[in-house]
Amino acid sequence: MPANPVLRTAILAAALALCAAANAKTLRWSSQGDILTMDPHAQNEGLNNTVSDHIYEPLVTRGKDLKIEPCLATEWKATGPTAMQFKLRPGVRFHDGAPFTADDVVFSIERALAPTSNFSPYMQGITGARKIDDLTVEIQTKGANPVLLPQLTEVRMMSRAWAAKHGVQRPQDFKNKEETFAARNANGTGPFVLKSREADVKTVLVLNSNWWGKMEGNVNEIVYQPIKQDGTRLAALLSGEVDFVLDPPPQDIPRLKKDGKIKVVEGNENRTIFYGFDQWRDELLYSTVKGRNPFKDQRVREAFQLAIDVNALKTQVMRGLSTPTAVMFAPQVAGYDKALDAVAKPDRARARKLMAEAGYPKGFEVTLDCPNNRYINDEKLCQATAAMLAQIDVKVRLNAMPRATYFPKIQKFDTSFYMLGWGVPTFDSLYALQSLLRTVGQGGDGNFNLGKYSNAKVDAAIDALKTETDPKRRAALTKEALSIHKADVGHIPLHHQVIPWAMRAGVSVVHRADNRLTVKWVKVN
Amino acid sequence: MHPRPFARREGGALMIAFVIRRLVQGVLVMLVVGFIAFSLFNFVGDPVALMLPPEATQADRQAMRENLGLDRPFYVQFATFVTNAVQGNFGISLRLGRPVSALLVERMPATLELAFIAASLALLVGIPLGVYTGLHRNSWLSRLFLAGSLIGVSLPTFLIGIFLILIFAVWLGVLPSFGRGDTTMVGGWSTGFLTASGLKALILPSITLGLFQLTLIMRLVRSEMLEVLRTDYIKFARARGLTSRAVNFGHALKNTLVPVITITGLQLGAIIAFAIITETVFQWPGMGLLFIQAVQFADIPVMAAYLCLIGFIFVIINLVVDMLYYLVDPRLRVDRTAVGGH
Repeated sequence: MPANPVLRTAILAAALALCAAANAKTLRWSSQGDILTMDPHAQNEGLNNTVSDHIYEPLVTRGKDLKIEPCLATEWKATGPTAMQFKLRPGVRFHDGAPFTADDVVFSIERALAPTSNFSPYMQGITGARKIDDLTVEIQTKGANPVLLPQLTEVRMMSRAWAAKHGVQRPQDFKNKEETFAARNANGTGPFVLKSREADVKTVLVLNSNWWGKMEGNVNEIVYQPIKQDGTRLAALLSGEVDFVLDPPPQDIPRLKKDGKIKVVEGNENRTIFYGFDQWRDELLYSTVKGRNPFKDQRVREAFQLAIDVNALKTQVMRGLSTPTAVMFAPQVAGYDKALDAVAKPDRARARKLMAEAGYPKGFEVTLDCPNNRYINDEKLCQATAAMLAQIDVKVRLNAMPRATYFPKIQKFDTSFYMLGWGVPTFDSLYALQSLLRTVGQGGDGNFNLGKYSNAKVDAAIDALKTETDPKRRAALTKEALSIHKADVGHIPLHHQVIPWAMRAGVSVVHRADNRLTVKWVKVN
Repeated sequence: MHPRPFARREGGALMIAFVIRRLVQGVLVMLVVGFIAFSLFNFVGDPVALMLPPEATQADRQAMRENLGLDRPFYVQFATFVTNAVQGNFGISLRLGRPVSALLVERMPATLELAFIAASLALLVGIPLGVYTGLHRNSWLSRLFLAGSLIGVSLPTFLIGIFLILIFAVWLGVLPSFGRGDTTMVGGWSTGFLTASGLKALILPSITLGLFQLTLIMRLVRSEMLEVLRTDYIKFARARGLTSRAVNFGHALKNTLVPVITITGLQLGAIIAFAIITETVFQWPGMGLLFIQAVQFADIPVMAAYLCLIGFIFVIINLVVDMLYYLVDPRLRVDRTAVGGH
């Protein structure tokens, strides 16, 4: 012990502080952007939903394996073709002490249905809710809705009384030109209570000691701090200033794995990267072929597929961080069939033969539109693809651009050959099939079918899927649509992205394919 | 270099005319800046498309346009923008859903404190180094300082910041790599000066931000010193047998300070404006970071307000510097006879 009494006191104080810190179990968490708002119905954005989930709870939620589990509702049953009844969990209270009842559910459903709500994708087909008694509520739908439960995992419950008291009965709306109370304050039923919020700086949540559920982890405080710069974020992790980084930059993963103080947890992301073709114009907008559209010919599309070696893309471009695939959505999605997911072996000779048969023995030139800041290594994937296609004499002109200009362009169907990545937040095949494979039409049909792939048989299967509720029949319909689409080579699937999370070695988490950290499962040592 | 005595009576009237002329020019500059900022709304994408969900109908879009006043003629919209801007009303941030003026006021203390420390650092270290290297031209220490100053001039700010983080946060673990530490509210001003973690957090960002200015001032003072030391009055001072301390600091340094003050004033605006990069590297929650995040979200009201604010700061600083110049440099006065009489 040093003789200097001041120094001695300081050391003692530091030691005490260390002990206190060891008991506090704070999780200091960082990623690139900040939480946009505390309003649970205002921003349908990944991080925002992740954090909302800790404060506000839905009727049903997803477990570690992403299966639907009871949350604020304990049981549910269909009470007719267009209605489902939910029994609510008794004894649940909001953070302000008010009991949670059917009134709050009716209110929250109406609030999520409001025109200013950003949650319309999850409210499709839901028309409203009706109180049966204090702990029973019925949710009405337009027709039979097989994906009602997955949709409800994203509809979080607010207190009617609290919302009325603070004038926030409608989600935040830019037209009002005013910030609503709910944007910076929160009152849910969840395991954590909002303690303080400083936008872009720090958001602190503390454990809700009255929470109805069971904490499996040991965290009693969450400190979220956004750090925009990749380098700074990693430095903060390496220096021990944060415990968990949701989005470590991919190029640093190999180095992080070598660091004994850092742990990297990887898992499949529920997002599939693929190429699409213009299959509807009589002449491509960006190609040397005039008077006809080579991509209308199945043989050309198949030749492209045979020329692209997705396993080589994995090892050479993705540094092993991808799962090559032959289907349009990830294995976590209901309707996934392993039998269909056999990646074709690249076969350049056969590809050349197909090209010659289709009338392009000398190949042709085409422009590949590609984002350069949306998916992991997107532009590098396109460059490697161009090199592979050059082997069958297809000259690819690469047109890479930032997401802000890329998406408006391709959403106008202004492309001949493009890259897209698709996630499935409902974890149900319909979400992907309807948007990507269905002939372009009304109400979400083909809204991201940007090359206008169209096959009447596929459409029929997808339309049947919209109202079919039997899981077995749904799997069969999904398989049918996917098989036809695969034979058509409607798109060329590349891989499912793998998302790494980085953390201090003493932190253990449950990795989820929807990229959501669930703190009730987190242990900090 | 010696300012001549000021002819007060005529000078007063001339001074007012000069200030008015400069003010009119300042207003013109602000109008141009305002116009550029306003153009953002019209030419950097369609705000309506950004605000409404993709499945919105044409009628929804039209209603939104009318609601926001976007259906009115261009000049009416610009007039409204200027009227609102003069009152400090820049609308609401699309990203955070809060009034832009409130956001800027909230972030301003962070930027100003950082800029203040960086500028102080540049002056308090830059001037002595400049004097030293000017007086001891050939010492090895001077050569070292000069070589080191090349780093400050040539390395990009973000690289310096990352190096400092690597050394002091990751390797040595003595200073924080990001953020402002704990702040205290003093009458609506959030300050990091009053806590240990707040002060520690200031060190790396202020060095990063001030290093360029530091080297600039050092080199400026050095070259001015070299010039002044060659002048006759210094030689005479030495010949009179004054101590070298009195010669170097009482006469030489004093006469180098006029350009230094001017440059520092002008650089203060630059420090505030270019804090963007330092703030991004250190996740410093100031106006620059707010601007960078606004750019990524196409948060046009914030971008427009930031542009106007920085424009305003530059105009004010230039005005003050011009006025100082006017006071110290008689050549700027239009009526030469008034001051040339003796």
